[in-house]
Amino acid sequence: MLEEDTRILSMADGESSREATARTLRNAFGNVFSFFILLLIGILAFSIRLFSVIKYESVIHEFDPYFNYRVTQFLTKNGIYDFWNWFDDRTWYPLGRVIGGTVYPGLTLTAGTLWWLLNSLNIPLSVETVCVFTAPIFSAFASWATYLLTKEVKGTGAGLTAAVLLAMVPSYISRSVAGSYDNEAVAIFALIFTFYLYIKTLNTGSLFYATLNALAYFYMVCSWGGYTFIINLIPMHVLLCIVTGRYSSRLYIAYAPLVVLGTLLAALVPVVGFNAVMTSEHFASFLVFIIIHVVALVYHVKGNLSPRMFKVAVTLVVSVGLVVCCAMIAVLIALVASSPTKGWSGRSLSLLDPTYASKYIPIIASVSEHQPPTWPSYFMDINVLAFLVPAGIIACFLPLSDASSFVVLYIVTSVYFSGVMVRLMLVFAPAACIMSGIALSEAFNVLTRSIKFQLPGSSGISQSGDTSMNTEGEQNDIAKIEKMDETAKERPSKKNKRKEKEPVVKASIRFRIERRLLVLPLEASVIAIILLVLLGAFYVVHCVWAAAEAYSAPSIVLTTYSREGGLHVFDDFREGYAWLSHNTEVDDKVASWWDYGYQTTAMANRTVIVDNNTWNNTHIATVGTAMSSPEKAAWEIFNSLDVKYVLVVFGGLVGYPSDDINKFLWMVRIGGGVFPHIKEPDYLRDGQYRIDSQATPTMLNCLMYKLSYYRFVETDGKAFDRVRQTEIGKKYFKLTHFEEVRIWVLVILGIHNSPLDGSHLQIETSKEQDSREDQKIKIGEHEGLIFARKKQAQLLAQKEVEQGRETRGTSEINYRLMCSSVCNSYNHNQEAFERDLAGIFDHYPVKGNSVEGLCSLHV
Amino acid sequence: MARTTSSDAQALFHSLRSAYTSTPTSLKIIDLYVCFAVFTAIIQVVYMAVVGSFPFNSFLSGVLSCVGTAVLAVCLRIQVNKENKEFKDLAPERAFADFVLCNLVLHLVIMNFLG
Repeated sequence: MLEEDTRILSMADGESSREATARTLRNAFGNVFSFFILLLIGILAFSIRLFSVIKYESVIHEFDPYFNYRVTQFLTKNGIYDFWNWFDDRTWYPLGRVIGGTVYPGLTLTAGTLWWLLNSLNIPLSVETVCVFTAPIFSAFASWATYLLTKEVKGTGAGLTAAVLLAMVPSYISRSVAGSYDNEAVAIFALIFTFYLYIKTLNTGSLFYATLNALAYFYMVCSWGGYTFIINLIPMHVLLCIVTGRYSSRLYIAYAPLVVLGTLLAALVPVVGFNAVMTSEHFASFLVFIIIHVVALVYHVKGNLSPRMFKVAVTLVVSVGLVVCCAMIAVLIALVASSPTKGWSGRSLSLLDPTYASKYIPIIASVSEHQPPTWPSYFMDINVLAFLVPAGIIACFLPLSDASSFVVLYIVTSVYFSGVMVRLMLVFAPAACIMSGIALSEAFNVLTRSIKFQLPGSSGISQSGDTSMNTEGEQNDIAKIEKMDETAKERPSKKNKRKEKEPVVKASIRFRIERRLLVLPLEASVIAIILLVLLGAFYVVHCVWAAAEAYSAPSIVLTTYSREGGLHVFDDFREGYAWLSHNTEVDDKVASWWDYGYQTTAMANRTVIVDNNTWNNTHIATVGTAMSSPEKAAWEIFNSLDVKYVLVVFGGLVGYPSDDINKFLWMVRIGGGVFPHIKEPDYLRDGQYRIDSQATPTMLNCLMYKLSYYRFVETDGKAFDRVRQTEIGKKYFKLTHFEEVRIWVLVILGIHNSPLDGSHLQIETSKEQDSREDQKIKIGEHEGLIFARKKQAQLLAQKEVEQGRETRGTSEINYRLMCSSVCNSYNHNQEAFERDLAGIFDHYPVKGNSVEGLCSLHV
Repeated sequence: MARTTSSDAQALFHSLRSAYTSTPTSLKIIDLYVCFAVFTAIIQVVYMAVVGSFPFNSFLSGVLSCVGTAVLAVCLRIQVNKENKEFKDLAPERAFADFVLCNLVLHLVIMNFLG
């Protein structure tokens, strides 16, 4: 179609074969040129993210990346099979965590493969180096994927512009600087690439691309929980196409295989598993899957029948079909409504209802990146793109194709989601880049063309040998412009397949006339081009600034500039963790707020109570309660958890704002959500959170306050907190149940278990110790019973189903959880454990199983 | 009224049949294949409703295998249909190769998922 189109055009224009060869030459030159531009864009995307390495060092950043790093280490050391079965007993003590089944493995596997590949090529890089540079590499891939996507929508020029914009959009940089080894680093690439393949399939109608699309979707599911965005956005687009009467068989080929293959592939990822068919996030795709089949059938029948017959068929089918449809929808609604959360997970619900999280799930609301963004953060994160996006949307509507309607839908939904959660600015950024790329390239198209029209001499000079310079130059320009817009025009012309050639030719002529009319005055267009270039320059300057200053801090190494201009580096976090790993026993348990869980396990290699994977709210609430309780109560809680050390981050001395005192209210809220004796108003004076002399006594006596401000007055004599900008309320106090073992500017580690003053206290605690021992045995017995029942159930289940994967999946986890908790409650005391177990089995005989066998299984 | 509907339905049936008899045999074979796959899927769903969905992954892979095969066959049918102008420049061999590739991926995944 396209070839015909151009051939007719070229005949109409009366171009000679010489010009045709010139055109192919120009085309080839353009291809090579755009290839090099793309290469440079990739280098730009990679190198703009290296500021963190240059300014600090090649180090993993923040919190979650440390966990990913630790998992990658495990993967490279033990191989993929051990990775899937990895039960981690270093976190969530005493529960442990099944890592293999609860992580999105995409990032880890990617980095692991990269590392393996490099090593087999005899490039001996450490795992850490590979992890640090994974994100920049994938941001280069992401900008290439953006090029491909935008090229499918609006042609090469827009594609290149969008790729440049994406390579340095601050929102994406914030998540993908070198060292920011997080899921989003690869997920954004996967997201854009999946969209590209969807559009490509939609444009070509090729099953090959549909297969690739499903595989890209699989990679996305492996990488990030944000895959639900794809599996909801694509059905929305399909529905939009159907409703607006743009259904085509290409749409069917793009969508139907994706649903089937994608669902199956998603179910292969352990962390998603059966959720791929069981939760409401995915139901939209199934519903649209049914709808598209109905629509496909209708179109097929319509094509085979005369209009009158079709009308008859419609009346027949509609009357029967309505009843069936109603019944099905009723069943579906009943199914969804029967589940407590209506089948939606908490995070998704808080997306649909922005107030949901703050009402019901403080743990989600407590994370700063789950808060709604402020207006300045839009300007900070996408800068001038915010102004270009509306222009891009308008450009997408002339002419509206399947692809451009998809991009419009993408930006509309992602704007909404970014408005709910700061974190999802990341999904919005690529859409903004694509739109701005389209807008910029269209604007440049119009402006440069109007300049060319008005400078006939300059364009004519290149056309040596032509007599009628003026008209010929114009014709050439038109041809060139049309060539540039070929890809854009391809879609609408494809859609009008049924139409004959003549209308197409007519349309193209009309198109040309419109083009000729779209000429701006020379001065105006020159000024506009200069302004646009200036705008782009502002964007570049802002991006480089953001990459260098705002988003490169690794947050475990802090720097401040003193007044004289000298640079101070605080490396206290790493020193603290190193102290822990060098001076404590391997099996010691460290309690801290969950933010520091990943870092403690990764850097200090010590067991933690809670960590950043917030899967067990009760456990976190227990720690929160301990932190907000008075010393003795806290000591009891910690003792019951075998905690030897407590880690508290305190920035009051150096002015580090994100310390535990500032997070404290969340500990109170989360703790109070589970244990009602912790009440938030007790910690607030007239609704205000304060730690000075006006603070409430509950606040001044809680563990967090005491651990943070213990001996603080000795530093400057006044106990002035630089973060809160106030003197603290209670300056002189002693710790009775805790002991300071190591203090840096930031990290305080308190050992407990040795009450300091008063012999009565000593006795009291030893008494408590005794009663606690009794209790422990009771707990142990209780758990042993559960354990025995579990084992029994498992044996029965094993008999029934030999290879049932479901039993292995769930009950093995439970079983291992039980084992670990039982073992831990017996403190690895094999004898006591065996004795108790023997007693249990006397009461609850388990068929065909000996105690010895059981013990050897897991002790 | 009733008679007109029934005669209409008859006319509709006739025109549908005459339209279908003119379709090439290769397409008819694909149609048969699709019907068979859908039928198998329905049998499995009925079986699940009667017996229960315990090895859920087996049920899922069974049904999705059938549905997937049917969907892919429909795609192939769309592509090799001569009347479909959109895929005029797509060779039937190419369409079939794509179909085989997609099926390979689908059944690899299903084998993996069966457990």
